[in-house]
Amino acid sequence: MSLVEPVLQGLVDSLNAAYGLCLDDDRLEEWPEFFVDDCLYQVIARENVDNGLPAAVMYCDSKGMLVDRVVALRRANVFPEHFSRHLISRAVLTGIDGDTVSAEASYALLQTRNDGETRIYNAGKYVDRLLIKDGVAKLVSRMCVYDTHRIATLLATPI
Amino acid sequence: MNAMAPVGAPSLPTAVDYRVYHDTQIFAAEQRNIFKGRTWCYLGLEAEIPNAGDFRATHLGETPVVLVRGQEGKLHAWVNRCAHKGATVCRSLRGNQADGAFVCVYHQWAYDSEGTLVGVPFRRGLKGVGGYDKDFDPANHSLEKLRVESYKGMVFGTFSAEIEPLEDFLGPVMRKYIDRVFHRPIRVLGYSRQYMAGNWKLYSENSRDSYHGALLHLFYPTFGIYRQSQDSAGELAEQGFHNVFTVSKPKGDIDYGSFGDEANREMQGSAKLQDERLLQFRPEIEDDVGLHIQSLFPSVVLQQIQNTLATRQIVTHGVDKTELVWTYFGYADDDEETTRHRLRNLNLVGPSGLISMEDGEAVELCQQGTVGAEGKHSFIEMGGDDVRGYYAPMGMDENAVRGFWKGYLSLMGDALAVSAEASA
Repeated sequence: MSLVEPVLQGLVDSLNAAYGLCLDDDRLEEWPEFFVDDCLYQVIARENVDNGLPAAVMYCDSKGMLVDRVVALRRANVFPEHFSRHLISRAVLTGIDGDTVSAEASYALLQTRNDGETRIYNAGKYVDRLLIKDGVAKLVSRMCVYDTHRIATLLATPI
Repeated sequence: MNAMAPVGAPSLPTAVDYRVYHDTQIFAAEQRNIFKGRTWCYLGLEAEIPNAGDFRATHLGETPVVLVRGQEGKLHAWVNRCAHKGATVCRSLRGNQADGAFVCVYHQWAYDSEGTLVGVPFRRGLKGVGGYDKDFDPANHSLEKLRVESYKGMVFGTFSAEIEPLEDFLGPVMRKYIDRVFHRPIRVLGYSRQYMAGNWKLYSENSRDSYHGALLHLFYPTFGIYRQSQDSAGELAEQGFHNVFTVSKPKGDIDYGSFGDEANREMQGSAKLQDERLLQFRPEIEDDVGLHIQSLFPSVVLQQIQNTLATRQIVTHGVDKTELVWTYFGYADDDEETTRHRLRNLNLVGPSGLISMEDGEAVELCQQGTVGAEGKHSFIEMGGDDVRGYYAPMGMDENAVRGFWKGYLSLMGDALAVSAEASA
């Protein structure tokens, strides 16, 4: 199902564009603010979703857990230095229920490490529920379903 | 000893020639002597293939293998290579072959779940032209079959006709710990796959290395979670190459339900966790163990960390290409809330694990750093220069890493020396 709702479409696409750029600009501390407090963020392999299996490589069911991820990434975790670059498709609105919108969008996440080569690091889609309030969309849940089930080295920065 | 090994000296459990991470001849010899030699290699969990006809594509070393549950419930494994032209027969990661037949798409040679050739199209030719000789016997053209045995639902395969039964290969110490995790039926929760540009032995050393834990993985200290009262143990199997670490609390005075609260009281780092549910631990096995990392040579790590349960299968794709297949599981009787708790705990482990992701980076750093270092050696003498088999605290030592090399060198025989001479 695809709904034609130009105003909502604009809100969701704007959120996605800002979300991608926030991560790519390394403004990680701002990233949790794209979510409501009682949120669910998951990064999960498509092979699990397709087989009805719930295990995700990231599973944060509160905004606090998103903040913990960022603090750990800044201060504790060791990973290859890299740039991220999100390319996010126009969203498809799949449902509207009161002030909540369901939407999906494809993403490609490119990564450039210190060797200078840019690689397709992770490709997949966002499966989202968004709360529309005061003309702003916030994520109630975002499930990053990745096709790239082979994660190169490790996954530190959120998708 | 305590001095660096001389350049070009033969590898010892305390000093390994960096060549072992880069040499393609050594990699080939490992496939022969270790993965296809006298070892049992982990192939998967019985819980992944519960029904007749269920199959799962897996690997033994670099060799693609398919693990199948036969019509009568028995486990089978065969090399995924058609006996005709070598094509891949089974092209899916997993599934169910209800009729039990695996058909190669190229010329439709058909095999049963045991890997026995049961059908060859146009065997007698077409209208009297072509076809195979009268003495062509399908029984001689089956898929290459492995011996398969399962212990507590962990399935292992071997190419070796001589090797002892799986239970003996694992030995009583390792079995005791496997029993611990598989004390009741499990349910698979999912997979992740981590692809490291590094040699498989670097990961095998890593999972046996109790020295790096608090130094590389800084999540706990950053959030001030340091637990001095922890009891730990390390045990090795007789061969040296299997080991297990456990960390637990002294019995009696600790309320595990308040793990998060207590962690905060012991806070030393300056950061504070916003959501302590991440670390919550609910004991569910009849002991106080909150961490159990068990490395079974040559190809699997079994773990319980908090309430995460997983196997990590090591697949060797090349000297510097290692895939780690994480299979996460819970218990079959978990309710929805328990599963959600496990999913939350899973943030700690795996390719994005807050306390484990660094292992992928460490493997790659060692691979990159040892380029061009043939003839030079590592230095593995933390905590001694011997391999102690007995029960000892898991601590600042590399006993289990030396145990790995002891077992490895014994299986490799003179293959390392031959390789060094060939390239000299």
